[in-house]
Amino acid sequence: MQRRHFLTLSAVTVGGVLVYSLDRKLSRVYAQGNAVRIPLHFFDEREALIVAAAVARIFPSDESGPGAQEAGVVVYIDRQLAGPYGRDHDRYRQGPFENGVPEVGYQGKLTRGEIYREGVKKLAGFDRLSPAEQDAALRQIENSEFFTLLRQHTIEGMFSDPMHGGNIDMVGWQLIGFPGPQMTYLEDVDKHFGQTFRPKPVSLTGGHPIEDEK
Amino acid sequence: MKTLPSTDVVIVGGGWTGLLMAKELGARTKHSIVVLERGGPRDNAYYTTTMDELDYLVRNRMVQDCSRETVTFRHSVADKALPLRQLGSFLPGTGVGGAGEHWGAGSPRHSPDCFDLYTKTIEKYGAKKLPEDHCIQDWGITYDELEPYYTRAEKMIGVAGKAGNIRGKRVEGGNVFEGWRSEEYPLPPTKIPYYASLFRDAANSLGYHPFPYPSATLTEIYKNPDGVTRSACTYCGYCHAGCMIGAKAQPTNVLLPVIEKQKGVSIRTGARVYRIVHDGNKKARGVSYVDASGQECFQPAELVFLGSWTFSNTRLLLLSGIGEPYDPITGKGTLGRNLTHELTLPAARVFLDKPLNRFMGTGSAAISVDDLNGDLIDHSNLSFIRGGLLRANSQGYQPILNFGFVPPSVKSRWGSEWKKAAVHYYDQNAPIVFIGEHLAYKGNYMDLDPVYRDDRGDPLLRLTLDWRDNERKMTEYMIPKAVELGRAMGAKEITPFPGLRHYDATRYQGTQVHGGTIIGSSAETSVVNPYLQHWQVPNLFVLGGSVFPQKPVAGPTLTILAQTLRTADAVIDRYLKRPGLLA
Repeated sequence: MQRRHFLTLSAVTVGGVLVYSLDRKLSRVYAQGNAVRIPLHFFDEREALIVAAAVARIFPSDESGPGAQEAGVVVYIDRQLAGPYGRDHDRYRQGPFENGVPEVGYQGKLTRGEIYREGVKKLAGFDRLSPAEQDAALRQIENSEFFTLLRQHTIEGMFSDPMHGGNIDMVGWQLIGFPGPQMTYLEDVDKHFGQTFRPKPVSLTGGHPIEDEK
Repeated sequence: MKTLPSTDVVIVGGGWTGLLMAKELGARTKHSIVVLERGGPRDNAYYTTTMDELDYLVRNRMVQDCSRETVTFRHSVADKALPLRQLGSFLPGTGVGGAGEHWGAGSPRHSPDCFDLYTKTIEKYGAKKLPEDHCIQDWGITYDELEPYYTRAEKMIGVAGKAGNIRGKRVEGGNVFEGWRSEEYPLPPTKIPYYASLFRDAANSLGYHPFPYPSATLTEIYKNPDGVTRSACTYCGYCHAGCMIGAKAQPTNVLLPVIEKQKGVSIRTGARVYRIVHDGNKKARGVSYVDASGQECFQPAELVFLGSWTFSNTRLLLLSGIGEPYDPITGKGTLGRNLTHELTLPAARVFLDKPLNRFMGTGSAAISVDDLNGDLIDHSNLSFIRGGLLRANSQGYQPILNFGFVPPSVKSRWGSEWKKAAVHYYDQNAPIVFIGEHLAYKGNYMDLDPVYRDDRGDPLLRLTLDWRDNERKMTEYMIPKAVELGRAMGAKEITPFPGLRHYDATRYQGTQVHGGTIIGSSAETSVVNPYLQHWQVPNLFVLGGSVFPQKPVAGPTLTILAQTLRTADAVIDRYLKRPGLLA
């Protein structure tokens, strides 16, 4: 049987992390000591650390707010790639495969999962580089299909419903003031002109963000 | 192959046109009607779980499964076409309701001069003004003939709007440039959210005539003439994932409730039609399809309607050998000609210093200006013909598809600087969209691809499509107008559209692709007559946007519904009494 891989995240700021299994069952993984161990479905731990480091440079945690790390973007990507999307089940996969103009879109033979496997291989040791070295390494691959996916999936993992594994605790939505799926704005849609209106976010998994324990 | 019991009528496709034809025939005749839909069943309850941007708006769970069937694409006959391995610039639907389930509900009428575009343009400017390789032509029907059907369609789906021209009398507040209407809209316009209101004020200050965009999202509880009652929109912003409360008109909430009570109509889902069976291009005998279990079936029928969207309508005729395929070199043949898409682009993205709360809205809670549309500006000294509308839409902005836009002063696309600007401007930017008329050209057409096949082994449809200078110059003219409007809205920074080069099948524009089975007054230059009846095969009718000879600016759905109603009248009142070519 394949060895189970876990991603170990620092638990300095979180008491527990909401994690969704592939069938979208919710569980909360609590810190053991100073770390949270999250089961992986697509990446092995080495790959996950590289992807986590890369997405943290694309969407950093800094003075303008939390980023890919807090949102658990790597967990989101792991769940996506482990499913039919990672195997390109939604794409037309018949040959012949030929290069075309950019306006006809992706024509490669590799699935998204395979693109990640290849791309991560070329970033061996990335997670141990300094931030400046990491940025330089990413600039080298900026025009690759791998980087295009990485950037797109970072945004998805920041702002998709938490049921997909990212946007943990709606951290992405809180960052930009998006309230999630709400049933009605009938009373508000033509009011608050020029003023910030921020209903408390809700997600499809139910509930509001966790209140900080003071 | 299993031969099924014969039915009076078979309808291919369970979207707006197929279900509307079924409803009309079911209500007004005693015929047996079978609707064949390739996708799955759907009802209103389906939409209680779809408020998920990732699955429904990014992964496009409601649209055509292109792992089974897609289209191939190239810019010109000199290029080799490659398959669109995932969809981009258009999103054809699948399942009961079709693309009518995920549309944005914009419901304007076409301007009257769209129907005789060729004649009107020649009259005013002479033949030399037309682009060299154009193949635009008149529809063979007029706006006046279609007006009563527009009115019926608006009442059926419940269009919210403000009239600008009632029987020739100008009404301020509506679109004063629109064609005459016999009555006011069935419902008052949508509420106008902040972003659209900023555009309205800016447009007024510059002397334009802004108006609330007509929308088939109910603004009050409404009972239509068929007795279907629907509730009012709550501006949740998830229109494109299907409306869970039935406020946005969709085939499943407007037509299905009526059809479900009709004894004569049955809908079969998971039924992929692959051929129209016919006798020597003279009479259709029925259709062949693969049912949900994989069984090949022949469904005999007296009368066949194609209502399967532009691509499948055209491809089914090509695969079945009905009509003569168009040849772009000789200009002979009519099937597949006049492929057009809409010209839709973010003419100017405005970055403001105020929050927009733009998560609130509805698919077409928009303010539009028509002042630059059609032939309202004099083109004598311009290097293009026709025009389009500018629009600010408070459609309910979702975060994945709308995060990451930064003003032109920010150069990076990832990292700290980008993130800071993208977070700061997330709720302070939106596009002013230009929607332009797309003319038909001899080199833009559809045929069967010689290489790529679907999962059954049938050739894919091949699109040959590119912009011409008329679209490029029109865009060049409109971008500064949009930028000027953006400045008047108080924009701190503006990103103008970089300009139109080649048609890009990866950039979403809209699910409004036309042509292939075009309407016209002569069998020499069109596939169907003005009643949407096939010129050679009179018991075959083709419904939908595939009959448009070129793409007017207005969203096509209302016109498609009006044309379908007109055909239903002609079939029920005349054809069924005396089958044959309608004149």
